[in-house]
Amino acid sequence: MTFSAWISEPINWVFLLVGLIVLVSGFRVVTAKNVVHAALLLVAALAGTAGLFLMLAAEFVAWVLVLVYIGAVIVLFLFGIMITRAPTGQDEGLDSEKKIVPALLSVGVFLLMAWASIDAFSTTLVGGTGDPISTELIGESLLGRFVIPFEVVSFVLLAALIGSITLARKDLTPIEEEEGQRV
Amino acid sequence: MQSGFLILAQEAHEIQAGDGGWWADTAGIMLVLPLGAFLLILAVGKRMKYDGGEIAIGALAINAVWASVLMVLNMTEGVLTQTTFVIGRIGSGLVFELGWIVDGLSILMYFLVSVVGLLVFIYAVGYMKGDRRVPWFFAAFSLFAGSMLVLVGAPNLVQMIIGWEGVGLASYLLIGFYWEDIANVKAGNKAFLVNKVADVGLVLGAIILALAVGSFDFFDINEAAISGNAELGAVAVVGALLLFFGAMGKSAVFPLHIWLPDAMAGPTPVSALMHAATMVTAGVYLMARMFPLYQNMAQEARTPMIVLGAITLFGVGLLALVAKDIKRLLAYSTVSQLGYMMTAIAAGGYTASMFHLFTHAFFKALLFLCAGSVIHAVHSNNMSDMGGLRKYMPRTYWTWIAGSLALAGVGLSGFWSKDEILSTVGNEGYQFVMWVAIAGAFVTAFYMARATALTFHGSYKGQREPHESPSVMTVPLILLAIPTVFAGLLNIPGFSWPAIGNFTEWLAVRIVPMGDHHAESIDWLIAGIGLLAAVAGIAVGWAIFSKDRDRQEDRDLFEIPVFYPLFRRGYYIDDVALGVVGATNGPIARFVDWTNTHILDAIVNGVGMAVKHLGGFVYGVIDQRGVDGVVHGVSAAADGAGSVLRKMQTGRVQQYAASFVAGALILVVVFVFVL
Amino acid sequence: MILNQFLILAAALFAFGIYGLLVRRNIVLILLSVELMLTAVNINFIAFESVFRSSDAIGQVFTIFIITVAAAEVGIGLAIVLMIFRNRKSANVDDLRLMRY
Repeated sequence: MTFSAWISEPINWVFLLVGLIVLVSGFRVVTAKNVVHAALLLVAALAGTAGLFLMLAAEFVAWVLVLVYIGAVIVLFLFGIMITRAPTGQDEGLDSEKKIVPALLSVGVFLLMAWASIDAFSTTLVGGTGDPISTELIGESLLGRFVIPFEVVSFVLLAALIGSITLARKDLTPIEEEEGQRV
Repeated sequence: MQSGFLILAQEAHEIQAGDGGWWADTAGIMLVLPLGAFLLILAVGKRMKYDGGEIAIGALAINAVWASVLMVLNMTEGVLTQTTFVIGRIGSGLVFELGWIVDGLSILMYFLVSVVGLLVFIYAVGYMKGDRRVPWFFAAFSLFAGSMLVLVGAPNLVQMIIGWEGVGLASYLLIGFYWEDIANVKAGNKAFLVNKVADVGLVLGAIILALAVGSFDFFDINEAAISGNAELGAVAVVGALLLFFGAMGKSAVFPLHIWLPDAMAGPTPVSALMHAATMVTAGVYLMARMFPLYQNMAQEARTPMIVLGAITLFGVGLLALVAKDIKRLLAYSTVSQLGYMMTAIAAGGYTASMFHLFTHAFFKALLFLCAGSVIHAVHSNNMSDMGGLRKYMPRTYWTWIAGSLALAGVGLSGFWSKDEILSTVGNEGYQFVMWVAIAGAFVTAFYMARATALTFHGSYKGQREPHESPSVMTVPLILLAIPTVFAGLLNIPGFSWPAIGNFTEWLAVRIVPMGDHHAESIDWLIAGIGLLAAVAGIAVGWAIFSKDRDRQEDRDLFEIPVFYPLFRRGYYIDDVALGVVGATNGPIARFVDWTNTHILDAIVNGVGMAVKHLGGFVYGVIDQRGVDGVVHGVSAAADGAGSVLRKMQTGRVQQYAASFVAGALILVVVFVFVL
Repeated sequence: MILNQFLILAAALFAFGIYGLLVRRNIVLILLSVELMLTAVNINFIAFESVFRSSDAIGQVFTIFIITVAAAEVGIGLAIVLMIFRNRKSANVDDLRLMRY
């Protein structure tokens, strides 16, 4: 498929736009000098990802992504940032000075994965293969074939819930406890 | 020494054996019972009256009955079955199985572990009374018994390695049992590390043999060895030597014997059962199990085995002459006796080796328990705190005498088994080794005479009033003394008891029958020489050490006044030897002086002196400097490499992550583009 | 639309995530980078699912699993960060160097 044939499909204009948002905000997430900005840029990247999911016939997962990630996880991150009192302004000390090796490594990973994709799927087309996958199908699958992993994951969530409460709970010293009772 | 009276007994395919019925089919329960006891003692041991000892004894009592029934079945009709369960597959073709062999060889070991173990456990109840962490002691001891049974019941190399590591773990735990003292912890670590080094050989050997044959099964490997499998033939020598290397660690063959004397840091019942009677014989058992491989395929491997065995039986035996600690003395003696077994099996004497293993288990366990009884009475391991105990502890004394005579090879069970080894080795054409073994018999008798004289004769030198141990300790001594005296009669060459036959026939019942070379009649000449050497050893030892003195140290010396100062020098032979090795500024002159004076002296003292000096030299130079030096050199090399490499451990998580990513990247690139 | 445009986009996101993981000092930002990598994986799952339809919608089901586990991971991770911060007054990985020689 030539580039002109590819660009003539309107949906690819949409992809270019959304993909650009995802890439730029993703890049900024790891380079931003401001911690809160990084978290908010992750919102943009995830929102773009949700858009990509919609293009890929995955409506349900797209909305899950928006609800769980943007609605909950990012809020959690912002809380974490605030509680740990990370600097909210510009800060030069956020990154380590040695950036060359990580950059080379990530470029290497990208090239390898890109090469693998091009090598294997250069002619595979997406779209036109059917309707969006229905939430009903996902639900049946979750409570049918994948019911045991589903239960295990719910258990993991429970464990994480208890674990984070235990970890984050501040054990008061006896003196503090007394003071707390007096107040 | 004609070989006419020896026959290469080709019982190979003539063995008629029963299947042992229900007892053999369910023998696996024996393997599991002590392990169950281990868990049970951990759970409820603290609340029991005897701290869980009753659970351990109960499990082993059932086993002892079971093993005795199997023993009787094997005596009368022969038992030969193998039960295995497939657990999983390893790669393509190799199968991982667990199960149990019931044949003459394994029944012998079941019997030893269970019966000797039961007696030692009963003894331990008295010995450990009021000690620290007694439930844990019995738990670890049960773990040992279970692992040992798993080892000897193993139908394949994998299960054997599992049991092998299990007994190694139990050994480590029990040597360091009194971990409050750092020396004991170090002894445990030393034993563990030396054994681990040897285990590498065992695992590699098992893998090599299994890949060649396509099975871990003893049956398949030995069948391949007998039928001359070409693939096995290609790796047989390497595999056999690697297995022998593994056995060297567990069975304390020179130069890997260094852990065993230190292992005496554990409680005495542990020394008796594990480091004398059963665990250290695991290596010999492995050699016996793989006997067809060594006999039929890997003949080249036998020469180094014999050489190392001979060095062990003589050189390490000498060390017992200078030991001050009674348990250490017995430990050197154990190493020496294991050397006899290794030499015998390497020379082709399967029966001789296993027979010595059998009798040695009884009398060496007995000697250790006697030593424990003495230690219990005088609260010291040192022979300088003993003396004259014959009057205070008659039962211990008489059982000790029985054990000593058996070990020295005078009349009792040890005579028959040692004679069997001597004649087998001699008639296999290893004349020189046979003479070394006879010299070893002399040394054995010599140091046992010394130990007996210093411990039980003369007058008491310790602080506390000694007392005979309680019956719970002396009854096992008496029960062990019975086989110590009579077990030798089970295998009088050329004689077969009515209805039950003899030891040779029982042991010939094996999963893969393979004829061995064993005596068909008593070789009076060799037996006489061996007996003469032993009696001479006792006489010389007795002449030197039996006189009473004010101090035990003085008794340990030679009492002739002219000789005395020279003896002092000989007494510090370690330092002289160290000086010779370290620097040449004079000690050699003293050495020559010492030698000159030595020639002038009385023959009795001269012989004793020379042997004693040699013992000190071997101990001081070869053992302390040479062997330990190599061990320390290896550890120093590891230490140096570590101090360079530890710079990589920066503690920076992100460096680790970067290394991880880089490694993954390189691996993927290699797999995709190169391979 | 071709499959590769999604896969290469995901590869780029994944590489950004690795870069952030290795370069960032603040633990919260490292966790953000991990989220980025997980998102890249999710894109791959969804893209493959939309091409190779499976009867059980396996790709989407696994994406949901990943999202769930990621949520748990963030919860635990931030709780740990909180503990570290409370004990050491810092959320900087370079200050956590106890595990060295």
